[in-house]
Amino acid sequence: MAYRWTNTLTRDDATPEAVFLNRRQLMAGAAAGVALAGAGTAARAEEALEPNAWEDITQYNNFYEFGTGKSDPATYASALTTEPWSVTIDGLVDRPGDYDFKDIMAEMTVEERIYRFRCVEAWSMVIPWNGFELADLLAMAGVQAQAKYVRFETLYRPEEMRGQSSRFIDWPYVEGLRLDEALHPLTIMATGIYGRTIPNQNGAPIRLVVPWKYGFKSIKSIVKITLTDEEPVNTWQALQPSEYGFYANVNPNVDHPRWSQATERKIGGGLFSPRIPTLMFNGYEEEVASLYEGMDLTRFY
Amino acid sequence: MTIASKSTWADRINGFVRKVPTWPLYILYLLPVPWLLYLAQTGGLGREPIKALEHELGEIALQLLIFGLCITPLRRYLGINLLKFRRMFGLLAFTYVTLHLLVWLVLDVGILSQIWADILKRPYITIGMVSFILLVPLALTSNSWSVRKLGPSWRRLHQLAYVAAILGAVHYVMLSKVWAVEPLAYLAVVLGLLALRLPKRRQKQTA
Repeated sequence: MAYRWTNTLTRDDATPEAVFLNRRQLMAGAAAGVALAGAGTAARAEEALEPNAWEDITQYNNFYEFGTGKSDPATYASALTTEPWSVTIDGLVDRPGDYDFKDIMAEMTVEERIYRFRCVEAWSMVIPWNGFELADLLAMAGVQAQAKYVRFETLYRPEEMRGQSSRFIDWPYVEGLRLDEALHPLTIMATGIYGRTIPNQNGAPIRLVVPWKYGFKSIKSIVKITLTDEEPVNTWQALQPSEYGFYANVNPNVDHPRWSQATERKIGGGLFSPRIPTLMFNGYEEEVASLYEGMDLTRFY
Repeated sequence: MTIASKSTWADRINGFVRKVPTWPLYILYLLPVPWLLYLAQTGGLGREPIKALEHELGEIALQLLIFGLCITPLRRYLGINLLKFRRMFGLLAFTYVTLHLLVWLVLDVGILSQIWADILKRPYITIGMVSFILLVPLALTSNSWSVRKLGPSWRRLHQLAYVAAILGAVHYVMLSKVWAVEPLAYLAVVLGLLALRLPKRRQKQTA
């Protein structure tokens, strides 16, 4: 089921490795131009879809398992051992068990997906992921008919993940998707960025990427996937239910109680990087809006 | 014995303080501004320099407000007189709060409609704005002429600094996504310093 979705921008168009390092200033200029022209349409944002520099992607992270500062993950994630690694797939599946990461990779077709990534904190990036569709991994385990939701769990290993010694979050980090969201062709498990092995701070060795949802849904360093018939309570929802819901779809019309979600700033533009309009479903409205037909997105935020 | 040694120790500090002029300290304490701007331009503040600059300026402003609040307890409990620096701390705090606000207005948001919406709808921004507005009359009357002109009401007016400091710390606590230690520590320090100002309990009456 690989290649069910193709990028509007491909690797050949956009990212010769030697170029992307020197491109930031150009990008900042282009983004400023877009904003000055009064960008408000999806078409304009599409023009600005340029992958972020490797340093942006790997040095500005939210991964509270390694600390709450944006540079903490890059500083401390090297302590994490990612080999050996296995993912337990259980619950409503035909073939439950511990799946070794290497065995998974042997079965999967890795492809590149250049996606927008929008954090709930109103910043964004464009990231060239390498990965495979979650649907393919779930097919390996055989999803049973009663399954309605997928629950994911991050590794809990405080001796390597120093942030887990703080108790403000009830570790391990948990996320969840509705089964149709999980099986959607845009939903991938990422194992690389820019063709390189995914760095620890970005969720090595295997993480979820759901590009039309806020970044916290894209759970990192996954060790457990459970198929269930009950809606999982994700970590942020448990922490602050008035601010974070189960769906967390990117939506410029539904604000976070403490800040606006109408605009975002793309990381890497420097001191004069302007805010740009946030797109409905992060620009993937055409692909995913049908999943939420008839739902009140103000209630199911 | 202890009282005597304490007072000589405090006297020595006071004697030194008398000789220190304030104007070089203004310059010294404004140096972080060009330094932070330089860091922001050269990647020293990380991949997203706008938020980082905004937070640094806000934090320095809060520290300066706290320094200003330390003056009275230091004099009351330790006999150290740093009164000549209080105006400087206040004016510097106002300068940093203004820069913090400017970075938010111009570099961070930069969209007029969103600025208004944020001030009205986001409690932590509303609180931050109120704190700033309270500091404006204090900055305007931080000169010897105003002190003479306003007389006893000058002192009452400048007690608004207590409210501004509390609001500033609350503003910081409210903007973090989780209960972080640092903003709570600032709030605790502000409340502690204000508690030290409460009149001492009249023990004779209760005895």
